[in-house]
Amino acid sequence: MLLDTLLGLLPELNKAFFETIYMVAISLFVAIIVGLPLGVLLFVTDRGLFLEHAILKSVLGFLVNMVRSIPFIILLVGLLPLTKLLTGTTIGPTAASVSLSVAAIPFFARIVETSLREIEKDVIEAAVAVGATPWMIIKDVLLPEARPGIVQGITITTISLVGYSAMAGIVGGGGVGDLAIRFGYYRYDNTVMITTIVILICLVQVIQFAGDRIARLVDKR
Amino acid sequence: MIDIQNVTKVYTTKKKQTVAVDNVSLTIRDGEIFGIIGYSGAGKSTLLRCLNALERPTSGRILIDGIDVTALDAKELRQVRQKIGMIFQHFSLVSSKTVFENIAFALKAAKKPKPDIEKRVNELLDMVGLSDKRDAYPAQLSGGQKQRVGIARALANNPTVLLCDEATSALDPSTTKSILELLKKINRELGITIVFITHEMEVVKHICDRVAVMQNGKVIELGTVYELFTHPKEELTRSFVHSVMHVDLPAHLRETHTGTIVKIQFEGKSATETIVSDMLQQFEVKGNILHAKIEYIQDKPLGIFVMELIGKEDEIQRAMDYIAKRTNRLEVVSHAA
Repeated sequence: MLLDTLLGLLPELNKAFFETIYMVAISLFVAIIVGLPLGVLLFVTDRGLFLEHAILKSVLGFLVNMVRSIPFIILLVGLLPLTKLLTGTTIGPTAASVSLSVAAIPFFARIVETSLREIEKDVIEAAVAVGATPWMIIKDVLLPEARPGIVQGITITTISLVGYSAMAGIVGGGGVGDLAIRFGYYRYDNTVMITTIVILICLVQVIQFAGDRIARLVDKR
Repeated sequence: MIDIQNVTKVYTTKKKQTVAVDNVSLTIRDGEIFGIIGYSGAGKSTLLRCLNALERPTSGRILIDGIDVTALDAKELRQVRQKIGMIFQHFSLVSSKTVFENIAFALKAAKKPKPDIEKRVNELLDMVGLSDKRDAYPAQLSGGQKQRVGIARALANNPTVLLCDEATSALDPSTTKSILELLKKINRELGITIVFITHEMEVVKHICDRVAVMQNGKVIELGTVYELFTHPKEELTRSFVHSVMHVDLPAHLRETHTGTIVKIQFEGKSATETIVSDMLQQFEVKGNILHAKIEYIQDKPLGIFVMELIGKEDEIQRAMDYIAKRTNRLEVVSHAA
């Protein structure tokens, strides 16, 4: 009986699972491509650092805080015009990825900034003292030194994206979380709800495990 | 030559202004090991960091080999910095890079081609005695080894000046000694001018030619290390000298030894002459050495003796006059009871 239900659910679950992976993958990719440089910029423009720039720092800081303070649901709806412009549609997983990316960029940027802050100031100073260019310092000192923290940041961002992607149902994004809400919550179908939750738990566990493993591998401290 | 002219550094925060360096002028000669000693907060580190423009002075100029480092743009400054090595108290190595990569970084900054980098790093590793640690990560090294990597990195681009910011303060005494020996060797063999910041007089004694004493942002005393050890003028200098040359009598000795106790300082030639035995032969006094210490500073001896003189009062007086005449430094600790 239970098995039958699950088997009948399988195609739906399978589709939802890949929709989740798809949305998370795209937005994670964008978050890293844009968020990493943004996080570095937030750090190196800070007081006393080699690219100190008070105005740039406050403008970027303000933008990041602004996006982060908007509830995701509102961001999802509010960004519909942008989504339409970028993807040509406002529904489906690709469309949902736009808002997910926008939310993930500042989130990840702050994590990068925080990991960079963990680096001892005199290690950066030593690099300045040998006459290295800012780009060399970023590439050969900051990013390698912050690597374990950044890898952990990617793990945290990925898991947050899995959570946020559940709301993608609002714009017909699909995904496992959406399935849980539609079948499990609205239709009181406990089997589906529990199954999807188990899948999400497993997914998060796997991401966390892999993330910790990689972080440990790249940590030479 | 490093010419520091009226350098002042003021830190301004909302609440108050702090003068870290207060109108300091110093000339550091080519090839010398110049020490700057002071307690933390004296401004010595700030002054050192002005030399390679890690800090910009609020006013004043710093000329290094005729170039004013306070007036350079970012690109010129990077080039000048390649000729000014710096080592740090906590070594400041990149923990995610191997020893080789840490040293190679300085050469990459100078845009050296790859084969040259390879060759130069091996040369440097050989010089600091770490050829076998080429591919180790900093976490696998001891403190002394880390500082050797720091030194190799600082010397990579053949600098004319090496700045040392408390370079031995995090090391144990025997490692400190080996690092100081290495720095001395570098100074002798490569002719690099070394500026050494420290709060330890022992280190100054071991390595420096001249030393400036800093307090509250000002240089309060300046001279050769031997001058400062033999004739400290300021209270702070005396306390630094005392930290190395302390000959304090334990309290119970003062109670049991009731003769006249004198403290005699021998300097230079007088330290190797037979003054004490001459005195004992010439006058009817007996001498009893209670405490003594001889240090060799810049290869010149400096001795301090604490003696109890026993005999008739007038003989003791004459003996003391005799010693005072030949050494210029005699201090009566306590008179005969």
